Amino acid sequence: MSKILEIENLTVSFGGFKALNNLNFSLDSGELRVIIGPNGAGKTTFLDVITGKVQPTKGRVLFKGKDLKKIPEYKISRMGIGRKFQTPRVYLNLTAKENLDLVCNRKKNVLPTLFGQSDHSEQRTVAGLLETIGLDKRANLLANLLSHGEKQRLEIGMLVAQSPDLLLVDEPAAGLTDEETENVGALLLSLAESHSIIAIEHDMEFVRQIANDKVTVLHQGALLCEGKMDEVQNDPRVIEVYLGEAPENIEH
Amino acid sequence: MNSETGIQTKKRKRKNKVIETSVIIALFIILAVILPVVIPAFRLRLVGRFLSLAIVALGIDLIWGYTGLLSLGHGIFFALGGYALAMHLNLQIPEGKIPEFFTLYGVEKLPWIWQPFYSFPVTILALIIIPGIVAGLIGYLVFRNRIKGVYFSILTQAALLVFYNFFNGQQELINGTNGLKTDTEKIFGVLASSPNAQRGFYVTTVILLGLVYLLCRWLTSGRFGRLLMAIRDDETRVRFSGYNPTGYKVLVFGISGAIAGIAGALYTVQTGIINPSIMQVAFSIEMVIWVAVGGRGTLIGAILGTMLVRLAQTSLSESFPEIWLFFQGALFLTVVTVLPDGIVGWFKDYGSPKLRSLIRRDQPLVTYPSLVEDPEVQQERDEIGGRR
Repeated sequence: MSKILEIENLTVSFGGFKALNNLNFSLDSGELRVIIGPNGAGKTTFLDVITGKVQPTKGRVLFKGKDLKKIPEYKISRMGIGRKFQTPRVYLNLTAKENLDLVCNRKKNVLPTLFGQSDHSEQRTVAGLLETIGLDKRANLLANLLSHGEKQRLEIGMLVAQSPDLLLVDEPAAGLTDEETENVGALLLSLAESHSIIAIEHDMEFVRQIANDKVTVLHQGALLCEGKMDEVQNDPRVIEVYLGEAPENIEH
Repeated sequence: MNSETGIQTKKRKRKNKVIETSVIIALFIILAVILPVVIPAFRLRLVGRFLSLAIVALGIDLIWGYTGLLSLGHGIFFALGGYALAMHLNLQIPEGKIPEFFTLYGVEKLPWIWQPFYSFPVTILALIIIPGIVAGLIGYLVFRNRIKGVYFSILTQAALLVFYNFFNGQQELINGTNGLKTDTEKIFGVLASSPNAQRGFYVTTVILLGLVYLLCRWLTSGRFGRLLMAIRDDETRVRFSGYNPTGYKVLVFGISGAIAGIAGALYTVQTGIINPSIMQVAFSIEMVIWVAVGGRGTLIGAILGTMLVRLAQTSLSESFPEIWLFFQGALFLTVVTVLPDGIVGWFKDYGSPKLRSLIRRDQPLVTYPSLVEDPEVQQERDEIGGRR
């Protein structure tokens, strides 16, 4: 299987502090990978580097075999990487439909946006997406008036509207009720059929719901371990990192 | 959304458009045809100046209200437009002569920079394009480096000071602090201060205000306008959606500068003089106050705010010249603390529903869509008679 994302010896340091430390990582195309790790493990920095928000200090990031060094965010996004932020970031003063329409726009340079109109195929995509994320009845409501869960779903819809090959999702279940969490989980699983996805998550229940493939554990900017969910859960190093000390009966 | 409400929205939109068009036409007739007959010439000249200031307010609203870029340096572009037209007027002299002030500084040959302004069409182009390009250039340097927020505002103000000092120092080029007079000069062979010329300037101002309004209206509606708001609300998100905000911001800042240039030219000929004092910091900040008072993010608010503040200023400073500045400060504080969305914003949120309920024309209450779709809720509403 071909690799959609490869990360080689990646180090990012902010004035001496290494947020990521010599990290190696790769993702097969079509895979849904969950990344977990305690606070400060470098999970968000990891996404920042892939999307071009932060430049690597050492090492490189290859997307579909192409080095992403010095490529601005908007170009990386056009290459096919979409990112969902930790808190839902939608345009609050636009309606749900307008939010999707902006992202759906295929010609994103200044003049085509100024003079162009959304064509029929784009309108169909928007209508279809509204239905997928369950917001078709709230299409003309300002995003400001949507509930937290609806905003989360809207943002995931905006990601899909970009038609990216790789989706980066940062804590999609944060602050959601159990029912909403399950909805988002189901949405991610259905998206996983046609996209490669990296999801960062804290909520173990949720991780168990979506992690059919491998789970990666980050700790202090480096890769701690990688494997199936049950393997990872029973790994003594992971338990140590999460609980703060090693259980007595292991090692020594 | 089902098809019925879709048709309803379309109908409502068309109705709103008809109302808006008729309001614009009515205002135009009142301003351009009726007002010149009714009020004395010197008052008309004053209104003309206010209207030209309303044009620059539209430009400020475009970048601040819609795109979130607070410029404190629009005096630059305003002055550039004013100087361009004033130079043309100062060149309406017999062949071979140069404007009088040059002799004071011993200049005998017309500086090359003045040459193009012999031609009227070139002047008109220049007073739009030069401010536009200068604004675009400043914008490009600033936005490319991702400078935003307060730092952007400070930079524009610094640029304003640079231009102010530069213009003050250029005696041999543009008469320095004294500036250029237009009242004693001719345009199309007519003295610029004559009633006929002034009426011409006035009507031109009204027409251009309408055109600039329509331009801003077009820019802020549709996808482009929504993208501007998206940049204002969350620029990072815009980047991650595959747009490069720099180009959009440069374009819109350039357009705003060009609009200020037009306003400056119209203001200058209706004032009678242009000098570097137009680039004082206070004046550029005042422009922002007009928009804040009227309501940023609403084009009509920018026009309304300018007219109201300026009218208040004129009537107050005619009777109590010394308190105007205090009043202006108090006004700004009031707007910031009590009316953050300005007059128009307040009217939309509170005034208009109140007025409607007074004349018994309430809008149907908008509830959460799931309730609207629920047939049981609808039936209850009909039975209890919640609908009029």
